[in-house]
Amino acid sequence: MTAATGAPGPSARRSVVRDSLGVGVAVGAYGFAFGAASVAAGLSVLQSCLLSMLAFTGGTQFAVVGVVAGGGSLVAALGSGLLLASRNTLYAMRLAPLLRVRGMRRLLAALGTIDESTAMAIAQREPALSRVAFWWTFGGVFTFWNLSTLLGAAGASAFGDPSRYGLDAVIPAAFLALLAPRLRSGAVERRVALGGAAIALVLIPLTPPGVPVLASCAALLLAVRVREATS
Amino acid sequence: MCGTASRGPRAGGDVLNLWVLVVATVVGCYVLKLAGYLVPARVLDHPRTRRAIELLPVALLAALVVVEALASGRHLDWNAARLAGLAVGAIAVWRRAPFLVVVISAAVTAAVLRQV
Repeated sequence: MTAATGAPGPSARRSVVRDSLGVGVAVGAYGFAFGAASVAAGLSVLQSCLLSMLAFTGGTQFAVVGVVAGGGSLVAALGSGLLLASRNTLYAMRLAPLLRVRGMRRLLAALGTIDESTAMAIAQREPALSRVAFWWTFGGVFTFWNLSTLLGAAGASAFGDPSRYGLDAVIPAAFLALLAPRLRSGAVERRVALGGAAIALVLIPLTPPGVPVLASCAALLLAVRVREATS
Repeated sequence: MCGTASRGPRAGGDVLNLWVLVVATVVGCYVLKLAGYLVPARVLDHPRTRRAIELLPVALLAALVVVEALASGRHLDWNAARLAGLAVGAIAVWRRAPFLVVVISAAVTAAVLRQV
């Protein structure tokens, strides 16, 4: 925190921009998988692209089309998608004092408030670099995520049965990749994950599709109880 | 995809439902994001609320891994190629491989096993 005064140097900015675009390219790879999964679930190419452009939050998009593919109801698909998206509210609250945006820029910043842009912004030591990281990560991820969604969706509608290309194995692996950093952050996280997985496994044969995912939220109670008992 | 006889073939109602779902998802996701910029920071600042919102994705993502790996409608489907693909993807995740490596290794494993 030594450089509290003055603007960050051009080399610091350049390195943040480079890292931010790198994150964009890496995350863009998800987009192929999402576009293909979305079309396989029965959504059109246009619907898949609209989700990527306007919902613009990968985990939720995968969850929604996953429930649709499994034959789940509209309410179950929307419920699990929005529950998963609620973390973006927390991200926005953390970013608000850093970005200090108003008017149109705030409306745009809201769209770009996702895992990656938040992580890159709060990792910087100076607010000026946080803003550079946020906008460039948002721009990079948005560009590659939407391009690859279009290619994945168009490809899946051209090439047919996605399980032939192993897409059905990609989707759970993608969720695991999103989960992994959270598992590494603590024992409570691992307990909640195991609880959520167990609830889903037990409920798959017993409840309509989509319900096992929604019901997994009950695993949070388990964490709270354990925390209270140990404190 | 996994349509059963009881649900019948995809009809106009399903197409309409998909549009309702897409629009509701888009609006809901945007409102959740914008809300964080509009509400005063202390509203959600209770440590327990914050912790719950942090832990929510953990439970949901773990459940989604299980459901996407094993569920076929209301049945458990222990598909060997899919599970092998997931296992190889999991090893890549554990070794902190880039996301592209995770995706490709899972896909190639499952696809190759289906050809054998």
